[in-house]
Amino acid sequence: MGEKEGIFSKKNLKLLTNPLSNANPITVLVLGICSALAVTAQLKPAVVMSLSVTIVTAFSNLIISFIRNTIPNRIRIIVQLVVVAALVILVDQVLKAFVYDVSKQLSVFVGLIITNCILMGRLEAFALGNKPWPSFLDGIGNGAGYGLVLVTIAFFRELFGSGSLWGYKIIPQEWYIANGGWYSNNGMMILPPMALIIVGVIIWIQRSKKPELIED
Amino acid sequence: MENYLNLFIISVFLENMVFAYFIGMCSYLAVSKSVKTATGLGIAVIFVQTITVPVNYLLENYLLKEGALKWLGEGYADIDLSFLSFIMFIAVIAAMVQLVEMIVEKYAPALYISLGIFLPLIAVNCAILAGSLFMQQKEFINIGEATVYGVGSGAGWCIAIISIAAIREKLRYSNVPAPLRGLGISFIITGLMGLAFMGFMGIKV
Repeated sequence: MGEKEGIFSKKNLKLLTNPLSNANPITVLVLGICSALAVTAQLKPAVVMSLSVTIVTAFSNLIISFIRNTIPNRIRIIVQLVVVAALVILVDQVLKAFVYDVSKQLSVFVGLIITNCILMGRLEAFALGNKPWPSFLDGIGNGAGYGLVLVTIAFFRELFGSGSLWGYKIIPQEWYIANGGWYSNNGMMILPPMALIIVGVIIWIQRSKKPELIED
Repeated sequence: MENYLNLFIISVFLENMVFAYFIGMCSYLAVSKSVKTATGLGIAVIFVQTITVPVNYLLENYLLKEGALKWLGEGYADIDLSFLSFIMFIAVIAAMVQLVEMIVEKYAPALYISLGIFLPLIAVNCAILAGSLFMQQKEFINIGEATVYGVGSGAGWCIAIISIAAIREKLRYSNVPAPLRGLGISFIITGLMGLAFMGFMGIKV
Protein backbone atom coordinates (compact mmCIF):
# COMPACT_ATOMS: atom_id res chain seq x y z
CA MET A 1 0.00 0.00 0.00
CA GLY A 2 2.87 2.34 0.81
CA GLU A 3 4.14 2.55 -2.73
CA LYS A 4 2.05 4.73 -4.99
CA GLU A 5 0.97 3.10 -8.23
CA GLY A 6 1.61 4.85 -11.52
CA ILE A 7 -1.41 5.93 -13.51
CA PHE A 8 -0.53 3.55 -16.33
CA SER A 9 1.21 0.82 -14.34
CA LYS A 10 1.40 -2.68 -15.76
CA LYS A 11 -1.57 -3.80 -13.71
CA ASN A 12 -3.70 -0.92 -14.98
CA LEU A 13 -2.71 -1.50 -18.58
CA LYS A 14 -3.77 -5.11 -18.21
CA LEU A 15 -7.24 -3.89 -17.22
CA LEU A 16 -7.41 -2.20 -20.58
CA THR A 17 -6.05 -4.97 -22.77
CA ASN A 18 -7.48 -8.07 -21.11
CA PRO A 19 -11.06 -7.48 -22.19
CA LEU A 20 -9.91 -7.21 -25.79
CA SER A 21 -8.96 -10.88 -26.00
CA ASN A 22 -8.85 -13.25 -23.04
CA ALA A 23 -11.73 -11.79 -21.08
CA ASN A 24 -13.74 -10.36 -23.97
CA PRO A 25 -17.18 -9.48 -22.66
CA ILE A 26 -18.98 -10.94 -25.67
CA THR A 27 -17.11 -14.01 -26.77
CA VAL A 28 -15.80 -15.23 -23.40
CA LEU A 29 -17.97 -13.80 -20.63
CA VAL A 30 -21.22 -13.87 -22.71
CA LEU A 31 -22.31 -10.43 -21.57
CA GLY A 32 -24.15 -7.82 -23.57
CA ILE A 33 -25.11 -9.95 -26.52
CA CYS A 34 -28.57 -8.49 -26.90
CA SER A 35 -27.56 -5.17 -28.30
CA ALA A 36 -24.43 -6.51 -29.94
CA LEU A 37 -26.26 -8.23 -32.73
CA ALA A 38 -29.13 -6.02 -33.69
CA VAL A 39 -27.08 -2.93 -34.50
CA THR A 40 -24.46 -4.61 -36.66
CA ALA A 41 -26.07 -4.66 -40.09
CA GLN A 42 -23.99 -1.58 -40.94
CA LEU A 43 -20.72 -0.17 -39.71
CA LYS A 44 -21.86 3.28 -38.67
CA PRO A 45 -24.50 2.36 -36.07
CA ALA A 46 -22.14 -0.30 -34.74
CA VAL A 47 -19.41 2.26 -34.10
CA VAL A 48 -21.83 4.72 -32.53
CA MET A 49 -23.24 1.97 -30.35
CA SER A 50 -19.77 0.86 -29.19
CA LEU A 51 -18.81 4.42 -28.32
CA SER A 52 -22.02 4.90 -26.34
CA VAL A 53 -21.55 1.66 -24.43
CA THR A 54 -17.89 2.49 -23.70
CA ILE A 55 -18.79 5.90 -22.33
CA VAL A 56 -21.64 4.61 -20.20
CA THR A 57 -19.61 1.69 -18.85
CA ALA A 58 -16.58 3.82 -18.02
CA PHE A 59 -18.48 6.57 -16.27
CA SER A 60 -20.92 4.33 -14.42
CA ASN A 61 -17.92 2.33 -13.18
CA LEU A 62 -16.29 5.56 -12.06
CA ILE A 63 -19.36 6.89 -10.27
CA ILE A 64 -20.27 3.63 -8.55
CA SER A 65 -16.66 3.19 -7.51
CA PHE A 66 -16.62 6.65 -5.92
CA ILE A 67 -19.73 5.97 -3.85
CA ARG A 68 -19.14 2.23 -3.33
CA ASN A 69 -18.55 2.57 0.43
CA THR A 70 -21.73 4.51 1.04
CA ILE A 71 -24.19 2.31 -0.90
CA PRO A 72 -26.13 -0.02 1.42
CA ASN A 73 -25.69 -3.55 0.15
CA ARG A 74 -29.39 -4.37 -0.04
CA ILE A 75 -30.35 -1.61 -2.43
CA ARG A 76 -27.23 -1.55 -4.57
CA ILE A 77 -28.98 -2.84 -7.70
CA ILE A 78 -31.45 0.04 -7.66
CA VAL A 79 -28.64 2.54 -7.11
CA GLN A 80 -26.71 1.05 -10.02
CA LEU A 81 -29.78 1.13 -12.25
CA VAL A 82 -30.41 4.78 -11.44
CA VAL A 83 -26.81 5.81 -12.18
CA VAL A 84 -26.79 3.85 -15.42
CA ALA A 85 -30.20 5.08 -16.52
CA ALA A 86 -29.17 8.69 -15.92
CA LEU A 87 -26.04 8.24 -18.03
CA VAL A 88 -27.99 6.51 -20.79
CA ILE A 89 -30.49 9.37 -20.90
CA LEU A 90 -27.56 11.77 -21.40
CA VAL A 91 -26.12 9.65 -24.21
CA ASP A 92 -29.54 9.29 -25.83
CA GLN A 93 -30.16 13.04 -25.81
CA VAL A 94 -26.68 13.73 -27.25
CA LEU A 95 -27.23 11.17 -30.04
CA LYS A 96 -30.64 12.63 -30.84
CA ALA A 97 -29.12 16.09 -31.03
CA PHE A 98 -26.05 15.38 -33.15
CA VAL A 99 -26.56 12.16 -35.14
CA TYR A 100 -30.32 11.94 -35.48
CA ASP A 101 -30.34 9.44 -38.35
CA VAL A 102 -28.17 6.95 -36.46
CA SER A 103 -30.22 7.48 -33.33
CA LYS A 104 -33.36 6.55 -35.31
CA GLN A 105 -31.60 3.45 -36.64
CA LEU A 106 -30.55 2.32 -33.18
CA SER A 107 -34.18 2.84 -31.97
CA VAL A 108 -34.77 1.02 -28.71
CA PHE A 109 -31.25 -0.30 -28.41
CA VAL A 110 -29.86 2.88 -26.87
CA GLY A 111 -32.38 2.50 -24.09
CA LEU A 112 -31.47 -1.13 -23.74
CA ILE A 113 -27.92 -0.16 -22.74
CA ILE A 114 -29.47 0.22 -19.28
CA THR A 115 -30.06 -3.49 -19.03
CA ASN A 116 -26.93 -4.39 -20.95
CA CYS A 117 -25.36 -7.13 -18.88
CA ILE A 118 -21.84 -5.77 -19.43
CA LEU A 119 -22.73 -2.80 -17.28
CA MET A 120 -24.28 -4.73 -14.42
CA GLY A 121 -21.60 -7.39 -14.64
CA ARG A 122 -18.71 -4.91 -14.45
CA LEU A 123 -20.37 -2.84 -11.73
CA GLU A 124 -21.00 -5.90 -9.59
CA ALA A 125 -17.74 -7.66 -10.29
CA PHE A 126 -15.30 -4.77 -10.45
CA ALA A 127 -16.45 -1.27 -9.52
CA LEU A 128 -17.93 -2.30 -6.16
CA GLY A 129 -14.55 -3.56 -4.98
CA ASN A 130 -12.00 -1.31 -6.64
CA LYS A 131 -10.75 2.25 -6.65
CA PRO A 132 -12.16 4.78 -9.14
CA TRP A 133 -9.23 4.95 -11.59
CA PRO A 134 -8.85 1.19 -12.18
CA SER A 135 -12.65 0.94 -12.44
CA PHE A 136 -12.67 3.65 -15.09
CA LEU A 137 -9.99 1.81 -17.07
CA ASP A 138 -11.88 -1.45 -16.67
CA GLY A 139 -14.96 0.24 -18.09
CA ILE A 140 -13.05 1.59 -21.09
CA GLY A 141 -11.40 -1.80 -21.67
CA ASN A 142 -14.68 -3.68 -21.60
CA GLY A 143 -16.37 -1.15 -23.82
CA ALA A 144 -13.52 -1.47 -26.28
CA GLY A 145 -13.65 -5.27 -26.19
CA TYR A 146 -17.38 -5.06 -26.91
CA GLY A 147 -16.75 -2.54 -29.68
CA LEU A 148 -14.08 -4.74 -31.28
CA VAL A 149 -16.49 -7.62 -31.73
CA LEU A 150 -19.29 -5.32 -32.87
CA VAL A 151 -17.15 -3.63 -35.51
CA THR A 152 -15.84 -6.97 -36.78
CA ILE A 153 -19.36 -8.32 -37.23
CA ALA A 154 -20.58 -5.10 -38.81
CA PHE A 155 -17.60 -5.04 -41.19
CA PHE A 156 -18.43 -8.46 -42.64
CA ARG A 157 -22.17 -7.91 -42.66
CA GLU A 158 -22.02 -4.56 -44.42
CA LEU A 159 -19.30 -5.61 -46.87
CA PHE A 160 -20.99 -8.81 -48.02
CA GLY A 161 -24.58 -7.77 -47.39
CA SER A 162 -24.67 -4.36 -49.03
CA GLY A 163 -21.29 -4.18 -50.77
CA SER A 164 -20.38 -1.01 -48.92
CA LEU A 165 -18.47 0.18 -45.86
CA TRP A 166 -19.60 3.19 -43.76
CA GLY A 167 -22.16 3.82 -46.48
CA TYR A 168 -19.58 4.07 -49.30
CA LYS A 169 -19.80 1.53 -52.13
CA ILE A 170 -16.74 -0.71 -52.06
CA ILE A 171 -17.69 -3.27 -54.69
CA PRO A 172 -17.36 -1.71 -58.17
CA GLN A 173 -20.75 -1.09 -59.79
CA GLU A 174 -19.87 -2.89 -63.04
CA TRP A 175 -19.38 -6.16 -61.14
CA TYR A 176 -23.10 -6.39 -60.35
CA ILE A 177 -25.28 -8.69 -62.41
CA ALA A 178 -27.67 -5.81 -63.08
CA ASN A 179 -24.82 -4.00 -64.86
CA GLY A 180 -23.71 -7.05 -66.81
CA GLY A 181 -21.22 -8.36 -64.25
CA TRP A 182 -21.07 -11.52 -62.13
CA TYR A 183 -21.49 -10.30 -58.55
CA SER A 184 -24.54 -10.11 -56.36
CA ASN A 185 -24.93 -9.05 -52.72
CA ASN A 186 -25.58 -11.78 -50.20
CA GLY A 187 -28.96 -10.65 -48.91
CA MET A 188 -28.84 -13.13 -46.06
CA MET A 189 -26.00 -11.20 -44.43
CA ILE A 190 -28.38 -8.35 -43.59
CA LEU A 191 -30.90 -10.66 -41.95
CA PRO A 192 -30.65 -11.01 -38.16
CA PRO A 193 -29.74 -14.74 -38.00
CA MET A 194 -26.46 -14.24 -39.84
CA ALA A 195 -25.19 -12.01 -37.02
CA LEU A 196 -25.53 -14.93 -34.64
CA ILE A 197 -23.75 -17.28 -37.00
CA ILE A 198 -20.88 -14.80 -37.45
CA VAL A 199 -20.48 -14.49 -33.67
CA GLY A 200 -20.44 -18.27 -33.49
CA VAL A 201 -17.67 -18.39 -36.08
CA ILE A 202 -15.66 -15.66 -34.28
CA ILE A 203 -15.89 -17.69 -31.07
CA TRP A 204 -14.83 -20.79 -32.97
CA ILE A 205 -11.73 -19.07 -34.39
CA GLN A 206 -10.80 -17.46 -31.06
CA ARG A 207 -11.11 -20.70 -29.16
CA SER A 208 -9.16 -22.77 -31.63
CA LYS A 209 -6.30 -20.25 -31.26
CA LYS A 210 -6.62 -20.28 -27.46
CA PRO A 211 -7.44 -23.82 -26.33
CA GLU A 212 -7.56 -22.75 -22.65
CA LEU A 213 -10.90 -21.05 -23.33
CA ILE A 214 -12.62 -24.22 -24.53
CA GLU A 215 -15.63 -25.34 -22.47
CA ASP A 216 -16.02 -29.02 -21.71
CA MET B 1 -61.19 -9.12 -31.10
CA GLU B 2 -59.57 -10.11 -34.37
CA ASN B 3 -56.90 -7.44 -34.19
CA TYR B 4 -55.92 -8.61 -30.69
CA LEU B 5 -55.37 -12.09 -32.08
CA ASN B 6 -53.33 -10.69 -34.96
CA LEU B 7 -51.20 -8.64 -32.61
CA PHE B 8 -50.61 -11.70 -30.45
CA ILE B 9 -49.47 -13.81 -33.41
CA ILE B 10 -47.23 -11.01 -34.68
CA SER B 11 -45.56 -10.55 -31.33
CA VAL B 12 -45.06 -14.28 -30.74
CA PHE B 13 -43.86 -15.42 -34.15
CA LEU B 14 -43.14 -12.63 -36.62
CA GLU B 15 -41.45 -10.25 -34.23
CA ASN B 16 -40.09 -12.82 -31.86
CA MET B 17 -37.97 -11.08 -29.22
CA VAL B 18 -35.06 -13.50 -29.54
CA PHE B 19 -35.01 -14.41 -33.20
CA ALA B 20 -35.94 -11.10 -34.77
CA TYR B 21 -34.39 -8.62 -32.32
CA PHE B 22 -31.90 -10.66 -30.25
CA ILE B 23 -33.40 -9.33 -27.07
CA GLY B 24 -32.88 -11.14 -23.79
CA MET B 25 -29.96 -13.09 -25.25
CA CYS B 26 -27.87 -12.98 -22.08
CA SER B 27 -30.25 -14.97 -19.93
CA TYR B 28 -31.37 -16.90 -23.01
CA LEU B 29 -27.86 -18.32 -23.37
CA ALA B 30 -27.04 -18.56 -19.68
CA VAL B 31 -30.17 -20.31 -18.40
CA SER B 32 -30.88 -22.67 -21.30
CA LYS B 33 -28.89 -25.68 -20.09
CA SER B 34 -31.96 -27.65 -19.02
CA VAL B 35 -35.59 -27.54 -20.10
CA LYS B 36 -36.87 -27.38 -16.52
CA THR B 37 -35.10 -24.18 -15.52
CA ALA B 38 -35.75 -22.66 -18.93
CA THR B 39 -39.49 -23.25 -18.50
CA GLY B 40 -39.39 -21.59 -15.08
CA LEU B 41 -37.67 -18.49 -16.40
CA GLY B 42 -39.90 -18.36 -19.48
CA ILE B 43 -43.07 -18.40 -17.40
CA ALA B 44 -41.66 -15.78 -15.05
CA VAL B 45 -40.93 -13.52 -18.02
CA ILE B 46 -44.49 -13.87 -19.39
CA PHE B 47 -45.80 -13.09 -15.92
CA VAL B 48 -43.75 -9.93 -15.40
CA GLN B 49 -44.20 -8.76 -18.99
CA THR B 50 -48.00 -9.03 -18.67
CA ILE B 51 -47.87 -6.65 -15.72
CA THR B 52 -45.15 -4.17 -16.66
CA VAL B 53 -46.14 -3.39 -20.25
CA PRO B 54 -49.67 -2.15 -19.41
CA VAL B 55 -48.40 -0.26 -16.34
CA ASN B 56 -45.74 1.45 -18.40
CA TYR B 57 -48.37 2.14 -21.06
CA LEU B 58 -50.43 4.08 -18.54
CA LEU B 59 -47.32 5.90 -17.34
CA GLU B 60 -46.35 6.81 -20.88
CA ASN B 61 -49.78 8.12 -21.83
CA TYR B 62 -50.79 9.91 -18.65
CA LEU B 63 -47.44 11.24 -17.48
CA LEU B 64 -44.55 11.22 -19.90
CA LYS B 65 -45.76 11.84 -23.44
CA GLU B 66 -45.99 15.32 -24.86
CA GLY B 67 -49.36 16.67 -23.79
CA ALA B 68 -49.98 13.68 -21.54
CA LEU B 69 -50.39 15.87 -18.48
CA LYS B 70 -53.49 17.54 -19.93
CA TRP B 71 -55.71 15.93 -17.31
CA LEU B 72 -54.03 18.15 -14.70
CA GLY B 73 -55.22 21.29 -16.41
CA GLU B 74 -54.61 23.37 -19.50
CA GLY B 75 -51.37 24.85 -18.14
CA TYR B 76 -49.71 21.46 -18.19
CA ALA B 77 -50.69 20.56 -21.74
CA ASP B 78 -47.38 21.33 -23.42
CA ILE B 79 -45.06 19.62 -20.96
CA ASP B 80 -42.93 16.88 -22.56
CA LEU B 81 -41.31 14.53 -20.07
CA SER B 82 -40.48 11.79 -22.54
CA PHE B 83 -36.74 12.06 -21.86
CA LEU B 84 -37.52 10.57 -18.45
CA SER B 85 -39.03 7.42 -19.91
CA PHE B 86 -35.95 5.17 -19.53
CA ILE B 87 -35.55 5.88 -15.85
CA MET B 88 -39.29 5.64 -15.16
CA PHE B 89 -39.65 2.36 -17.03
CA ILE B 90 -36.73 0.73 -15.29
CA ALA B 91 -37.98 1.95 -11.90
CA VAL B 92 -41.44 0.54 -12.61
CA ILE B 93 -39.92 -2.75 -13.71
CA ALA B 94 -37.70 -3.06 -10.63
CA ALA B 95 -40.59 -2.16 -8.34
CA MET B 96 -43.05 -4.48 -10.12
CA VAL B 97 -40.63 -7.38 -9.97
CA GLN B 98 -40.22 -6.84 -6.24
CA LEU B 99 -43.99 -6.59 -5.79
CA VAL B 100 -44.71 -9.66 -7.89
CA GLU B 101 -42.10 -11.55 -5.91
CA MET B 102 -43.75 -10.67 -2.61
CA ILE B 103 -47.26 -11.48 -3.85
CA VAL B 104 -46.22 -14.80 -5.32
CA GLU B 105 -44.34 -15.68 -2.13
CA LYS B 106 -47.42 -14.94 -0.03
CA TYR B 107 -50.18 -16.50 -2.14
CA ALA B 108 -48.48 -19.16 -4.26
CA PRO B 109 -45.52 -20.56 -2.34
CA ALA B 110 -45.22 -23.55 -4.67
CA LEU B 111 -44.79 -21.30 -7.72
CA TYR B 112 -42.40 -19.13 -5.72
CA ILE B 113 -40.15 -22.06 -4.93
CA SER B 114 -40.15 -23.31 -8.52
CA LEU B 115 -39.35 -19.85 -9.93
CA GLY B 116 -36.67 -19.44 -7.29
CA ILE B 117 -33.93 -16.98 -8.08
CA PHE B 118 -35.34 -16.21 -11.52
CA LEU B 119 -37.84 -13.61 -10.37
CA PRO B 120 -35.33 -11.06 -9.02
CA LEU B 121 -33.04 -11.65 -12.01
CA ILE B 122 -35.82 -10.60 -14.36
CA ALA B 123 -35.43 -6.95 -13.37
CA VAL B 124 -32.27 -6.78 -15.43
CA ASN B 125 -33.50 -8.98 -18.29
CA CYS B 126 -33.40 -6.88 -21.43
CA ALA B 127 -36.58 -8.53 -22.75
CA ILE B 128 -38.70 -6.79 -20.12
CA LEU B 129 -37.37 -3.30 -20.74
CA ALA B 130 -37.49 -3.92 -24.48
CA GLY B 131 -41.17 -4.87 -24.23
CA SER B 132 -41.91 -1.46 -22.74
CA LEU B 133 -39.68 0.41 -25.20
CA PHE B 134 -41.27 -1.30 -28.21
CA MET B 135 -44.69 -0.55 -26.70
CA GLN B 136 -43.66 3.12 -26.63
CA GLN B 137 -42.49 2.95 -30.24
CA LYS B 138 -45.56 1.19 -31.60
CA GLU B 139 -47.97 3.73 -30.09
CA PHE B 140 -50.83 1.38 -29.26
CA ILE B 141 -54.26 2.95 -29.20
CA ASN B 142 -55.54 1.41 -25.97
CA ILE B 143 -54.37 -0.52 -22.96
CA GLY B 144 -55.85 -3.78 -24.30
CA GLU B 145 -53.41 -3.79 -27.19
CA ALA B 146 -50.53 -3.03 -24.86
CA THR B 147 -51.49 -5.93 -22.62
CA VAL B 148 -51.81 -8.33 -25.53
CA TYR B 149 -48.41 -7.21 -26.79
CA GLY B 150 -46.92 -7.80 -23.35
CA VAL B 151 -48.29 -11.34 -23.13
CA GLY B 152 -47.31 -12.11 -26.71
CA SER B 153 -43.74 -10.91 -26.53
CA GLY B 154 -43.25 -12.76 -23.24
CA ALA B 155 -44.70 -15.93 -24.79
CA GLY B 156 -42.41 -15.61 -27.81
CA TRP B 157 -39.38 -15.36 -25.55
CA CYS B 158 -40.63 -18.34 -23.53
CA ILE B 159 -41.02 -20.50 -26.67
CA ALA B 160 -37.53 -19.53 -27.79
CA ILE B 161 -35.77 -20.40 -24.54
CA ILE B 162 -37.62 -23.70 -24.09
CA SER B 163 -36.80 -24.84 -27.61
CA ILE B 164 -33.09 -23.96 -27.38
CA ALA B 165 -32.91 -25.71 -24.00
CA ALA B 166 -34.42 -28.85 -25.54
CA ILE B 167 -31.91 -28.75 -28.40
CA ARG B 168 -28.99 -28.19 -26.03
CA GLU B 169 -30.06 -31.17 -23.93
CA LYS B 170 -29.89 -33.38 -27.02
CA LEU B 171 -26.66 -31.74 -28.10
CA ARG B 172 -24.86 -33.15 -25.09
CA TYR B 173 -24.74 -36.53 -26.84
CA SER B 174 -23.33 -35.27 -30.11
CA ASN B 175 -19.73 -34.80 -31.16
CA VAL B 176 -19.18 -31.07 -31.60
CA PRO B 177 -15.67 -29.78 -32.51
CA ALA B 178 -13.96 -28.79 -29.26
CA PRO B 179 -13.56 -25.02 -29.86
CA LEU B 180 -17.21 -24.75 -30.84
CA ARG B 181 -18.56 -26.52 -27.74
CA GLY B 182 -20.88 -24.66 -25.41
CA LEU B 183 -21.26 -21.07 -26.44
CA GLY B 184 -20.19 -21.27 -30.08
CA ILE B 185 -22.61 -23.94 -31.14
CA SER B 186 -25.45 -22.31 -29.19
CA PHE B 187 -24.97 -19.16 -31.24
CA ILE B 188 -24.98 -21.02 -34.52
CA ILE B 189 -28.06 -23.03 -33.54
CA THR B 190 -29.86 -19.85 -32.54
CA GLY B 191 -28.97 -18.42 -35.92
CA LEU B 192 -30.41 -21.46 -37.69
CA MET B 193 -33.56 -21.33 -35.55
CA GLY B 194 -33.83 -17.66 -36.46
CA LEU B 195 -33.70 -18.58 -40.14
CA ALA B 196 -36.47 -21.10 -39.56
CA PHE B 197 -38.57 -18.50 -37.75
CA MET B 198 -38.21 -16.20 -40.73
CA GLY B 199 -40.52 -18.63 -42.49
CA PHE B 200 -43.36 -17.09 -40.44
CA MET B 201 -42.81 -13.85 -42.32
CA GLY B 202 -45.03 -15.28 -45.03
CA ILE B 203 -48.06 -15.23 -42.75
CA LYS B 204 -50.47 -12.49 -43.73
CA VAL B 205 -52.14 -10.95 -40.71
